[in-house]
Formats: sequence, C-alpha cells, structure tokens
Amino acid sequence: MDGFSSPPVGGKMDSATREQLMSQVKQQIALANAQELLQKMSEKCYKKCIAKPGTTLDNSEQKCIAMCMDRYMDTWNLVSRVYSQRLQRESSRMS
Amino acid sequence: MSAALQDPVVQQFVARETQKQRFQGLIHEMTGRCWDTCMVNPGSKIDTKTENCIRNCVDRFLDTSNFVVNRLESTPIPETTPKKSGFLFG
Repeated sequence: MDGFSSPPVGGKMDSATREQLMSQVKQQIALANAQELLQKMSEKCYKKCIAKPGTTLDNSEQKCIAMCMDRYMDTWNLVSRVYSQRLQRESSRMS
Repeated sequence: MSAALQDPVVQQFVARETQKQRFQGLIHEMTGRCWDTCMVNPGSKIDTKTENCIRNCVDRFLDTSNFVVNRLESTPIPETTPKKSGFLFG
C-alpha cells in the first residue's frame, strides 16, 4: 500500500492514484471475504464429516466434505438472497 | 495514506464499502448460525424442509435484531444515576 506519491494540497488525489487505491482496497476486501468463507466452511464441514479423525482423510470423508462444501455454498447464497429480499421489502415500506 | 482519507471521493468509497462489508459480515454470521440450526445431513441438494428452515432462520434472526433495537429505543432510560447509598458508594 506504500509508494503512493503524496497528493497535492487540498486533499484531492489524482484520479489514477485514487483508482489504484480503491481497486487495491476492493481486492483486499474480496480476499478477506473469501478467507472468512473458507474458514467457516472448513470448520462446519469438519464437524459434519469427521466423526473420528483417522490416520488419513478417507474416501467417504472426502466425499462428505465435497458435498458439504457445495451445500454450504448453497446455504450462503440462499441466506444472502433472503436477506436482500428482506432489505428490499423494508426499504420499500419506509419510502 | 492519511492524505487519501481527506479526499472526498475516497471518503465516499470507504463509507460505501464499510456499509457493504457490514452486510457481508452479517451474511457470513447468519449462514453459520442457520447452517447449525437447519442442516442435519448435507445431501445432494438442499431439500425443501431445510430451505424453509433457513429462510425462517434468517428472517427471525433479523426480527430479533430489530426487536432488540426497537425495544431499547422505546424503553425510557432507567434511572441509572447511582444513588450515593449504593454499595459502590456506601
């Protein structure tokens, strides 16, 4: 994030620098969200699929984890759909 | 970096992204909670029963959050000014 030339007086940055800064921030946000999802997914699917941790991740456990990941993604999408429908409902009621 | 925060366009960007991230965070949170509540056995697809459970879970979670805020807002602030005779001051 360093290495930006200091913006001219008045707090205005030139637009190229600004664009670069904002796209870097967006990338970092996307990365943080992906990490959060991965971390939650691992935790939830470990809990569902690994009852007794053996010496390897066996075939049935791998299948279970794969399935679980897909359903977790589905759940994530469903939750965000329901939430955004709710937000729309409430904002139309307010106006 | 601090000079960037003086820039009005950047300020707007930060405000918007912060708001977006609050929604995102809540989605992560509700997904985790409703998964624990509703998902018994992750099968080849989400069945109707599970889907309804998740829908209700999200809506009730949001209702609860609204209820808490509304109740706190409408409840007159209780007299919390400590009386000098309480055990803290006795």
